[in-house]
Amino acid sequence: MRSAFSALAGSLLLAASCLFAQNGGVQVPQSIEAGSSFSLQSAGSGKAALYIVGPNQVLKREIELGQSTFFAPGSLYNAGHYLVLLKTDNSTEKSELNVTATSKPSEVSFLARPSRLPVDLHDGITGAVYVFDVYNNLITVPAPVTFELLNPSGTKQTQVVTTHNGSAFTAMDSTRQQGADKFTARVGDVDSTRIVGQVPGDPCGIKMSAKPAGRQILLETEPLRDCSGNTVPDGTIVTFTESYADAQATVDVPLKRGVAQVDMPAHNGALLSAASGVVLGNQIRWEKQ
Amino acid sequence: MSKGGLLAATLMAATVALVVVGTVWPIPSAVAYAGGRHLLQSSSTPEEAVKNLGEDIHAQSWEKAYSSLANKAQFTETDFVHDLTGYYPSLLTYATLDHFDVQPLHSSSSDADMRLMLYWSTVVGISAVSRDLHVTKSGDQWHVAWPISKRPIVPPQVIPVNYLRWDVIYRGAGDDWGAQDVEAPHVRIVDMHPVQRAAGVMILGELLNEDVVPAYVSVTATLLAKDGSTIATDGSFDKISHLLLPKQVTPFLIEFPDRTLSSVASIRMTPFSTLISASADPVIEIDNEHLNPAPGASLSGQLIDESGQIVNVAHVLGTFYDKNGQIVWVADSYVDTALLPQTPVPFDIHIPEDLARKISSERAIVASYSAGGTL
Repeated sequence: MRSAFSALAGSLLLAASCLFAQNGGVQVPQSIEAGSSFSLQSAGSGKAALYIVGPNQVLKREIELGQSTFFAPGSLYNAGHYLVLLKTDNSTEKSELNVTATSKPSEVSFLARPSRLPVDLHDGITGAVYVFDVYNNLITVPAPVTFELLNPSGTKQTQVVTTHNGSAFTAMDSTRQQGADKFTARVGDVDSTRIVGQVPGDPCGIKMSAKPAGRQILLETEPLRDCSGNTVPDGTIVTFTESYADAQATVDVPLKRGVAQVDMPAHNGALLSAASGVVLGNQIRWEKQ
Repeated sequence: MSKGGLLAATLMAATVALVVVGTVWPIPSAVAYAGGRHLLQSSSTPEEAVKNLGEDIHAQSWEKAYSSLANKAQFTETDFVHDLTGYYPSLLTYATLDHFDVQPLHSSSSDADMRLMLYWSTVVGISAVSRDLHVTKSGDQWHVAWPISKRPIVPPQVIPVNYLRWDVIYRGAGDDWGAQDVEAPHVRIVDMHPVQRAAGVMILGELLNEDVVPAYVSVTATLLAKDGSTIATDGSFDKISHLLLPKQVTPFLIEFPDRTLSSVASIRMTPFSTLISASADPVIEIDNEHLNPAPGASLSGQLIDESGQIVNVAHVLGTFYDKNGQIVWVADSYVDTALLPQTPVPFDIHIPEDLARKISSERAIVASYSAGGTL
């Protein structure tokens, strides 16, 4: 009786510790980690063919029944659900095997959007991270991801988000200073960096001056800045308009070295104005000098 | 002879007879298409003289047209051809004369004034050019004096140009799939107004490039019925300035011929933008803009190329507003001659007569195209 209890307990312990599923001719572990070594123990005698079929991978071994078959590290590396088939001359036995991703992150796929946005925009920058192991399997075990947005001036925004089903998402504000920000996602000792360009917004105002230039008027703006104090980039169009009598003259001038300037015909009593996009500047009434 | 043989002989004889008749007495249009003699061979009236000249221009018989002129000693044949087709590459350079009209202005026994309207077929449609000709009688023939336009001369010089230029590098095939591509320019429709015209539904509006990079833009509109079904979809085609520099605004017009606004429940607007390599040059001033009232309502003015680059094709787009600032019409016009630096070139945009009295202000922009350059 005692020996019978011992045998039963031993059997249960073996089943629990090895997580083996008894299945006729072959014992298969319920799950293994991708890339790890493992053995399959078969029962009986004679020759058989062992197939392991899974995502993007098929293994075949000719085995001697009753012996253990060893699979070296890296034999199965794609995470997923596998089918184990043991085929003898007169039967085919089927088992199942799960291969899970390793827990150590090896690669981070980091999607940061957009690559360019105006300064001072709430939740304007988004980042999504997918964490993979060394075999490019998505790691679904929760892991903390650190997102960092570093401005050229040195200011840093940091958020820590735990992955859910292998991914993590965050949204951050663009800062008030233009420049190329470094947006980094870090998981363990693996990181990935993207560059997010923060560009000036609309000009906060346009101040224009006019002075005579021979028979014409030289119109010139002061350096244009947005409402955060950033210089509006060269190439931005400023539209100058001159209205006189029943006629008008207009010209679209790109900023050069921060200012826009143009010569326009001098008409006594002309009304001069400047605009850029939806921003209007000051008006000047031109009187004969 | 069998019946078949007789029929064959009859047909052959008839064919030979028709060929002989067609060769000896050809119809005028056949002569013209064959590049042969004029439709009107004599110039016994001022009108005939001008028509003959028009036919020669139509047939691009430059030598013949030039030799028929009364004042050919004042210029060369090359000058004459350039006067018609442009001294620099332009819309007229690759155009052919579609048709022409002759209108008498004044006539006496020894001289006459005639107006020759030349309708050139260009890649953007018909371009009408008017020339007032003086015709004089010499013997029993009339000869046209061609009013040669003075060739614009730009003195040899070096014009330094240092405007900004943008180039675009997109992500490569070998980049990490998560690496972001360069962001498309952000554009916004700042005004949109549908109107019902006799020709159909017109969608008028303005589009702003609110980004800091140049954008290639277009706008598509979809008319939707009350049940949500699509009535029609169309784009702005060339009724827009496709290149928008940062903070630049373009008008657009989308036409839906034979549609009625009453059947439209809503309109879906889809602006499109993509990055484009571009230059901030050339800068073109629009000077002396006048709103001319009906009849013959138009927006006229002059274009002045403020840069050093020759502009081969200039496209002027006008946005017209009522006294409340509401957009009421968008119209455009191509300039068929090249713009030379600091050389004014006139333009004229037609405005529908019924809208002219509603218009109280306007805004014009120029889209330019230079040979060998970007948009």
